[in-house]
Amino acid sequence: MSTVIANEPVLKSPQELFDFIEKLKEKRERKLQKPCVYVCVGTGCTASGSRKVYAKFVEVIKAKGLDIKIEKIDDDDEPVKKTGCCGLCSLGPLVKIMPSGITYSHVTVNDVEEIVERTLLKGEAIERLLLTDPITDKKVERLEDATFFKNQTFYIMEAVGTSECESIEDYMARGGYSSLAKVLSGMDRLEIINLIKASGLRGRGGGGFPTGLKWEAAYKSQGDIKYVVCNADEGDPGAFMNRTLLERDPHSVLEGMIIAAYAIGARKGYAYIRAEYPIAVEMFNKAIEDAKRYGLLGKSILGTDFSFDLYVKEGAGAFVCGEETALLASIEGKRGVPRPRPPFPAQSGLWGKPTLINNVESYANVPKIIRDGVENYRKRGVENSPGTKMFSVTGPLKLTGIIEIQFGTTIRYILENICGGTSNGRKIKAIQIGGPSGACLPEELFDLPLDYDSLKSVGAMVGSGGIVAITDDRCMVEVARFFLDFTKRESCGKCVPCREGTMQAYNILEKFTQGKATYEDLENLEYLSEIIKTASLCGLGKTAPNPIISTLKYFRPEYIEHIEGKCPSGMCTAFKKYVIIPEKCKSCSLCARSCPNGAISGERGKPYVIDQEKCIKCGLCVTKCKFGAIELVG
Amino acid sequence: MITRTYSKVEEILKKYEYKKEMLIKILLEVQKEYRHIPRDVVNYIGTALGIPPAKIYGVATFYAQFSLKPKGEYTILICDGTACHMEGSMSLVKAIEEEIGIKPGEVTPDLKFSLDKVGCLGACALAPAMVINDEVYGKLTGEKVKEILRKLKERKEEEQ
Repeated sequence: MSTVIANEPVLKSPQELFDFIEKLKEKRERKLQKPCVYVCVGTGCTASGSRKVYAKFVEVIKAKGLDIKIEKIDDDDEPVKKTGCCGLCSLGPLVKIMPSGITYSHVTVNDVEEIVERTLLKGEAIERLLLTDPITDKKVERLEDATFFKNQTFYIMEAVGTSECESIEDYMARGGYSSLAKVLSGMDRLEIINLIKASGLRGRGGGGFPTGLKWEAAYKSQGDIKYVVCNADEGDPGAFMNRTLLERDPHSVLEGMIIAAYAIGARKGYAYIRAEYPIAVEMFNKAIEDAKRYGLLGKSILGTDFSFDLYVKEGAGAFVCGEETALLASIEGKRGVPRPRPPFPAQSGLWGKPTLINNVESYANVPKIIRDGVENYRKRGVENSPGTKMFSVTGPLKLTGIIEIQFGTTIRYILENICGGTSNGRKIKAIQIGGPSGACLPEELFDLPLDYDSLKSVGAMVGSGGIVAITDDRCMVEVARFFLDFTKRESCGKCVPCREGTMQAYNILEKFTQGKATYEDLENLEYLSEIIKTASLCGLGKTAPNPIISTLKYFRPEYIEHIEGKCPSGMCTAFKKYVIIPEKCKSCSLCARSCPNGAISGERGKPYVIDQEKCIKCGLCVTKCKFGAIELVG
Repeated sequence: MITRTYSKVEEILKKYEYKKEMLIKILLEVQKEYRHIPRDVVNYIGTALGIPPAKIYGVATFYAQFSLKPKGEYTILICDGTACHMEGSMSLVKAIEEEIGIKPGEVTPDLKFSLDKVGCLGACALAPAMVINDEVYGKLTGEKVKEILRKLKERKEEEQ
């Protein structure tokens, strides 16, 4: 916890900041050499109880008097620290012990005492708590040695396992805010913009528009008032890397925004964060306060004549607000309805003023590019998509969570060499990438390198970066129906192609999953998808048919089979029927009495029967039957 | 007719300096306070901010976080994001219906529990997940959900 240190400096010049950072760097080196516990408090680990584990560590260490015994580097150097998301959410809570670096998975409150006694004090590893690397099938002592981490490329996610998520000092000790100091010690505005352009950084929100060009447009726009906005409205179901980034390293985003404001000449900015992410909101607000304390935000930053104020705006649960013009309307306190572009926000955005709007992850890249240079940045990734990208990988895989890879890594590499393949022994038949605006890609395309242009060539997109693995027991038509159910609900209703089109497309897909579809429906679905794609007003509608188009392209036989009366994966219950096995039925009538639709009938002494016409396939009878006489077949 | 002193609403309005652009934040706080957006409060805010009540209804019905009907003391949010849906979030909905008899969008008659289905909670690695009053529960099964609800019911009864 970073408590306020007495007489801490308000930094009055870039040089003072440079010197302060050097001092903190040296402190951090020393901190990592002494006994200390890092507990992951990312969303995943928290849900698995990591905050209780954290509290227990504090309690045990205090009870043993270790908080006094262990030497402190400075006043706020506590022996137990909270660290931001390590990415390996499925094995949480994760705990890392320094200086040995021994890392434990699935730690419970009951393990704490033993860890303190054996690992913290004696440096011994406790075999049973070590994580098993599913790829090598061996126990690993240190986090860095696990294949999951070794095969990733960390750039934005630095100091995995030892970053202190609530501490601005820790961010500075890792070289944070040195880019701001560099910029403010005399870099020309155009020089910064040209640097971002030269780096080839592309928007991480999904579209992949060159960030430098956006900055240039906002810079060139005339006007005395300009705004900088951060899009943290991560509404994609199945994606949570923006949330992770905001919770583990809010200052990297903040620093990127301050630099952007300086570059385009803005004095005010907003971070638009979903209200569904209360921890991210809290962390970002704290980051703003801490930055103000050091004079890195507010009036006359670092003693220069540059002033910048930043506010958090909470979203209120509307997916369409991820679209930039809708987001801006929402910041103004209105319904989040998009408007046609041009004019682009860079010309006319918030309250009609020039506005620069970028994604969380795009901003987080900026300080690194300025600090380590364009050449260093371009070392990772491929020509047209340089750098790295965070992805959230979920589904029935051995390891799931947040990963960072360089562009150009193949899907297969992620699934097998990072996540360790499937956990249930089934075959992965597809991945869904890019959320509701993304696509489903079949196994044949798993060797495709992940970058903006390759994905676009197969009708998919990076999106914000959600990857969901789908095994062969899942139905692709149902996947498409699921996404359309989402987009039809989230359509703002302003334009007809999106509002009515997604509704009709959903109805057709529902006919498929209920076994009522015809070949004509297939044709209509294809025709309709094209119309929604071409005629919709904003990105939501334009991309809404992607799940349909991609499944029709790569999994067409599944649609055909649905028409022919079969769901090949067995997921759509409409194709199944509940039957009573006569030999097992004791004709107790319990099922008939519990059936909500009166579909079961019979008489004493004879087996009961289910009227398939009336059955709504709720499965209630199966749960009621005491003799296991009712089964699902088909 | 509800008679209400508007001191709480007034406090919220003051906090945001009666700014029109803060309407969403104001409504979020009202929602938190009353567990819904009461009609009379809409009129009150409209007068205070100089926004027609119709516009406020427009905003209140647009965003999923707001409800014009009261929510339960325990608001259950079942995640139906991609990962959770694939892992069977709908079976959790069924389990909840069996245990406390409400479907998504409904509230128990005693206003103790309300249930809603939401897009994504960002806890995909723990699918299927749910949130009850800011507490995240992951890797759920129908049985686990029932057990959690039973505990909450007991806790409620003990307090009374």
